[in-house]
Amino acid sequence: MFDVEKIRKDFSILQQKVYGNPLIYLDNGATSQKPRAVIEKISSFYSHSNSSIHRGVHFLSEQATAEYESARNRVKKFINAEQNHEIIFTAGTTASINGVAFSFGEKYIKAGDEIILTEMEHHANIVPWQMLCDRKGCKLKIIPINDNGDLLLDGFEKMFTPKTRILAITHVSNALGTINPVKKMIKTAHANNVPVMVDGAQSVQHGVVDVRDLDCDFFVFSGHKIYGPAGIGVLYGKERWLEEMPPYQGGGDMIKNVTFEKTTYNDLPFKFEAGTTNYVGAVGLAAALDYVTETGREEIEKYESELSGYANRKLSQVEGLRFYGTSANKISILSFLIEGIHQYDAGMIIDKLGIAVRTGTHCAQPVMDHFGIEGTIRASLAFYNTKEEIDRLYDALLKVKEMLGPRNS
Amino acid sequence: MTLNEIQDEIIDDFELFDEWMDKYNWLIELGNRLEPINPKHKNNKNLIEGCQSKVWLHAELDNGKIMFTADSDAIITKGIVALLVKVMSGRKPEEIKDADLYFIDRIGLKENLSPTRSNGLLAMMKQMKLYGLAFYTKLNSSF
Repeated sequence: MFDVEKIRKDFSILQQKVYGNPLIYLDNGATSQKPRAVIEKISSFYSHSNSSIHRGVHFLSEQATAEYESARNRVKKFINAEQNHEIIFTAGTTASINGVAFSFGEKYIKAGDEIILTEMEHHANIVPWQMLCDRKGCKLKIIPINDNGDLLLDGFEKMFTPKTRILAITHVSNALGTINPVKKMIKTAHANNVPVMVDGAQSVQHGVVDVRDLDCDFFVFSGHKIYGPAGIGVLYGKERWLEEMPPYQGGGDMIKNVTFEKTTYNDLPFKFEAGTTNYVGAVGLAAALDYVTETGREEIEKYESELSGYANRKLSQVEGLRFYGTSANKISILSFLIEGIHQYDAGMIIDKLGIAVRTGTHCAQPVMDHFGIEGTIRASLAFYNTKEEIDRLYDALLKVKEMLGPRNS
Repeated sequence: MTLNEIQDEIIDDFELFDEWMDKYNWLIELGNRLEPINPKHKNNKNLIEGCQSKVWLHAELDNGKIMFTADSDAIITKGIVALLVKVMSGRKPEEIKDADLYFIDRIGLKENLSPTRSNGLLAMMKQMKLYGLAFYTKLNSSF
């Protein structure tokens, strides 16, 4: 049985006051808080198991390596990948995307080729591909969105040409909350012999993700957004791609043999894990995934969806409030503005009432351009948030209106 | 009054407020009272872009003193802009280029000057001092 009060006790950071008010943390889209199980795992690892992995012959190194490889196995299970070596540990979603863009680009992309993205991508899924285009002379094609924040897929199939090399799309929009029909899109791409990279930074923590069911070629996400530590992320890739792609970083652990004349690379997954990886992060991430699994991914999805519906109804009662991202298929992200009020002013007042929201462009300027706005206020909910907290946000928005409403602007 | 006397006066004013919301209400009031910038000076050349809020800053020399006019698209930012204009405008270039703007920290608004906040205020302060230096150089090089 899902019990939010019990869950909240696992997150000690939520038990504090800021500016004299109980903290209400609604910035989960930026980063999530960590349950005690994760913090204790990291602390215990440093206290008892810390050692360089894959290298030592000694007891601690064996132990640390075993924990690291167990973490890989748990990530594999969590997203239902087929094999452990299809899971590469990276520094985060951004690092994963940069890795794919570089390695895939080196192997398969040449001048004149095309890469398909969407208008709702986070900058992390735009800029690495633009950098590739600058290097290789390829170009980007963009799937547009409508004013609900849904992808306009009428012309999608026609976007594929013999020059299309990859489709790189976000599973869930960080600025709008839209859940994209990635499974269907992957099918279409595959029918055109085009592989697909899915940015799962905003999806994997909100429901069940099954990479084999999606049949995506790459899936990337960050540890810190799924209740794990910062600085650890995942790049899942189908074996056939990872085998063929060259490494994007050179160094220790990723090699088999080095002479000054020639280096032969190690096997997967080590080929893509140069240097000392964030092994503690990996162990912490696995603890976070275990926590999410024990809490129940379907229960989390159900609770968040209910909370999101409540928040939507409640905030709709604020006169002059307009939502950005009104897709029928959304996660618990609410992006909005109040008529005549600058999002930054609102954010500053909301902050002093003890509520953490994000204001600005959310690293998705093309989305803001679509709506002709400079930014929004974003409340992104997690499974430890409550209806009472939404009520407090509602009260805060009334206060914002009282202070900044038409009389004062 | 000297530049520092005005800063001290602002610090005294803010000591009256115990609550954040009172501080913000006062900043909103100051923002609304700020002398409007001439629309022709609210241009891209004078725009200091932050990703959270925008600030426009215009400077001109009048009788050896720098006159600043400014604006912001966010009203609380505009209130802080108004304070900076109050402290800095109508002063000699050498006062401006050497100004130690300690009042922002003392009234509890230091967080607004963090580079990561990116609201245009830090860049505005730097720009005011650059104007001070530029006009100072101009006035002292024509002998």
